[in-house]
Amino acid sequence: MTAPLVDISSVSHRFGQHTVLKNVSLTIEPGSYTILLGPSGSGKTTLLSILGGFVMPSEGKVLIRGEDCTAVPPAKRPTTTVFQDYALFPHMSVGSNVGFGLRMQGVNGATRAARAREALALVGLATAFDKKPHQLSGGQRQRVALARALVVEPAVLLLDEPLGALDLKLRRQMQDELKAIQKRVGTAFIHVTHDQEEAMALADHCVVMNDGRIEDEGPPERVYARPATRFSATFMGESTLISGTVTEAKSGKITVTTKLGSLSLAGTLPAGSTVALAVRPEHLVLGAASGPVALGMAKVSDVVFQGSFKRVLGTSTTDPALHFIAKVPSASAVQPGDVVAVSCDAGDVILLAD
Amino acid sequence: MRALIRLVSGLYAIAIYGFIFLPVVVLILFSLQATSFPIPPFTGPSLRWYEAVLADTRLTSALVNSLLVAVLSSAVAVTLGFLSAWGFARFALPGSGLMRGLITLPLTVSYLIIGMGLLVLFNWAGVPKSLLAAGIGHVVINLPLCFAIVYSQMGDHQINIERAARDLGAPEWKVLLLITVPVMAPAIFAGFFLSMTFSWDEFVISFLLTRFDTTLPVEIWNLLRSGLNPKTNAVGSLVFAVSIVLVVLFELMLLRRKPA
Repeated sequence: MTAPLVDISSVSHRFGQHTVLKNVSLTIEPGSYTILLGPSGSGKTTLLSILGGFVMPSEGKVLIRGEDCTAVPPAKRPTTTVFQDYALFPHMSVGSNVGFGLRMQGVNGATRAARAREALALVGLATAFDKKPHQLSGGQRQRVALARALVVEPAVLLLDEPLGALDLKLRRQMQDELKAIQKRVGTAFIHVTHDQEEAMALADHCVVMNDGRIEDEGPPERVYARPATRFSATFMGESTLISGTVTEAKSGKITVTTKLGSLSLAGTLPAGSTVALAVRPEHLVLGAASGPVALGMAKVSDVVFQGSFKRVLGTSTTDPALHFIAKVPSASAVQPGDVVAVSCDAGDVILLAD
Repeated sequence: MRALIRLVSGLYAIAIYGFIFLPVVVLILFSLQATSFPIPPFTGPSLRWYEAVLADTRLTSALVNSLLVAVLSSAVAVTLGFLSAWGFARFALPGSGLMRGLITLPLTVSYLIIGMGLLVLFNWAGVPKSLLAAGIGHVVINLPLCFAIVYSQMGDHQINIERAARDLGAPEWKVLLLITVPVMAPAIFAGFFLSMTFSWDEFVISFLLTRFDTTLPVEIWNLLRSGLNPKTNAVGSLVFAVSIVLVVLFELMLLRRKPA
């Protein structure tokens, strides 16, 4: 097995009294697109700053290509960063911006210009070479920042909420382009975001962070379908959460007792442990054509039309503290105030240890 | 009623601007006097006193001295002011607030006190009275000003620009020279021109710290001791014109709206 491209081992960081990273370990594979996903204050940006060399971790090590880079300044690291505010040099032309890294490496002017043009062509801005940054739109500046960071051929490209300042439409468009560019250049990208849709669309490897820890990591499909923790089940997509207790456990089968009744599931938790059961909105079945696992009756409180589907919010009639979130086809006739049967498939119930 | 208010405020404005500019207007007017006394009636216009000023080698050499002291001392003041502003803005220094206060303190101390202090210090250190000593004095009074102007323009958004340069492999001196200085250029030039304005017509420190070669304000003072004549008006008008040019340059640099 080859060594990982980046190896973060047991990194902790404190800002004064406040611990923002708690013993975080993470490996990044060459050519992968990794997303650090989490709410603000989860430590994801600090982790990115540590990778970029802008912050020295209080504890732990960062190895890039097998070399200890923990104390190596940004200028001497094989990483480059795309900043959230793009941080283009306002007094330089776009071409000089992109060529800056090469200029620092002592590459001669002609080669620099040629490679800057190539990089700009890669991001679809071949014509902007002689413009000044203030003549470009937000999305275009973003591309220049990307070209500037890629032209020096870093081992790892770090992106700090790169799409955060763009409007939704442009964001989705840039998202597709980012993925395409990453596939073309083959550089490992590490991208910080709090947008779970962005994470699911882009990541090969999704790292969910909360309160300075990694809650869950893996391919986004796995993280979505089988989240490891309650936090990752709620942050990466929505879920209906039902709490319960394991009352019986034998030969890979457990019985979980909840306020809605007992459910038999595959699992190995010991009897007596408290658990949470999560069900994704698209897996909840409303009405008569019920699935094998009955979840009682729900009073519908709100129906939100979202185009291709309707989002239905409801409250359990047996447990008013329990809120259902379901997705139903747009053609569904469900109305606020309706009382409907709720059910699902046993295989779609996600078991989360509490 | 409204018309009355407009009339009164108009008169008030005229009174204020008159109060400020009438002395200058009178000064300039009588510099164009054709006869030997700068008192009414006005006999000009004539440029004979300007000719006299330009023919007076003591005045012209003082003018050159003044320009030299202004340019060099302002360059030193703005360089030191920029470096200290950058240091305070970018690094967490112990006692940063107190040190920032100390660096701007000379702004509130009278030039007389600073001049006297320097005179005593230079005497003790064996530095003779000279243009160099006056130049050092001007650095002392203008450095805090340059610091304040540059520091006020150092925003957080430049931090990421500097970081980006470092990230792309720039050593610290190149970050300063290729990124920070060009980005801060308007503030740096503004500081430079304002320093030049102050150095250009500074009298007290130059008077205390120079002896044989001296600056224009000191030379004008020498001239005034022999009584008023239109030559002093002419040289005063020249000083005023140069100051106006410098102030306009300062405003252009600092207040110019940059395209976003």
